[in-house]
Amino acid sequence: MAKLTKLQTATLPDAVLDRRQAVPALIENPQDFLMVAGLAGTAWELSALTHESPSLFGLGGAMGAAPMMGLGLALAQPKRRVLVATGDGELLMNVGALATIALQNPPNLTIICVDNGHYGETGNQDSHTGLGVRLDVIAAGCGFPVVHVINTMDDMDEGRRLVRTGGSLAFILLRVKEGPATHDGKKNLVPHIERDRFRAALLA
Amino acid sequence: MTATKETWPEAIYDLLRANGVTQFAYVPDAGHKVLIDRSLADPDVHSVPLTTEEEGIAMVAGADLGGARAVLLMQSSGVGNCINMLSLTQGGRFPFLTLVSMRGEFGEGNPWQFAMGQAVEPVLKAMGVIVLRAEQPSDVVPTVSAAITMAFQSGQQVAVLLTQRLIGAKKF
Repeated sequence: MAKLTKLQTATLPDAVLDRRQAVPALIENPQDFLMVAGLAGTAWELSALTHESPSLFGLGGAMGAAPMMGLGLALAQPKRRVLVATGDGELLMNVGALATIALQNPPNLTIICVDNGHYGETGNQDSHTGLGVRLDVIAAGCGFPVVHVINTMDDMDEGRRLVRTGGSLAFILLRVKEGPATHDGKKNLVPHIERDRFRAALLA
Repeated sequence: MTATKETWPEAIYDLLRANGVTQFAYVPDAGHKVLIDRSLADPDVHSVPLTTEEEGIAMVAGADLGGARAVLLMQSSGVGNCINMLSLTQGGRFPFLTLVSMRGEFGEGNPWQFAMGQAVEPVLKAMGVIVLRAEQPSDVVPTVSAAITMAFQSGQQVAVLLTQRLIGAKKF
């Protein structure tokens, strides 16, 4: 089988982190945030991490929606911290959203891209990032005031600080090895139930 | 007050604001010029230019999660960019209001506009969006008012087509 060629501009080191440890290490206490998670791995792992918290809206479709849902939510709730966690494939599908979000510059929004360099749900094909496309550079070029890359656990403290007390729109590229996301197997992500639950908890 | 040929765009903006809409998402279009300019000049709303219309579908849903009301302004060609993203509003039963300025219909002079212009209604309906049309200035306020009620009170997904007969065909 022919293989796609890695870009000659690819300079980031090979990913070493396991998402099953790295995502909980970065988010720590999910109850402090309003969260949107993109399909599929990030929605499952945040659902497991939060025990299906009503403060999480996890996507099972509508690929590419997560960052812009986070923008609408962050603008609507300026006093709450909003986290979007999404995969490289989901982000790439609507990468222009990074430009739209940077123009609005909501200080209470952090976009976390859990980048495994692969389309994990569809046969583990290489994604663009796995072949060297740099989402951190794209985010910086779009005008994100803060961009942070997490390659190892040594980069985690700064990521945690940005998520919690950064006080600025931020893009965090969390680079992880290929491999399964935490999935506790019982989640169904029925969108209208998630919506009602989220709004009831936040707005009641 | 009945809107006239000159006043209907202003009337739409006033109606949206009176009904609590605070997020305006759009890909620029001449048919929405007044609404875009008013939203940019309004310190109490977020005026959000998009790179593609489907971003606006997701933003509208996120606004609703946070208890805010949003509207998506787009041209008929943008409807085609939204199709799969409408899975979100339909599946999540999110209130959804979009105003679509039409091309590719009454008096259109650009042949490129017809394919998507003529597909707008069937595409929206196929994705669960109710379609209302405003054909003349006196239609605009009652039609947008009806759509606001259907979306924000009844939780429906609703498009108002600002037709080419209303807007006037672009001159080339």
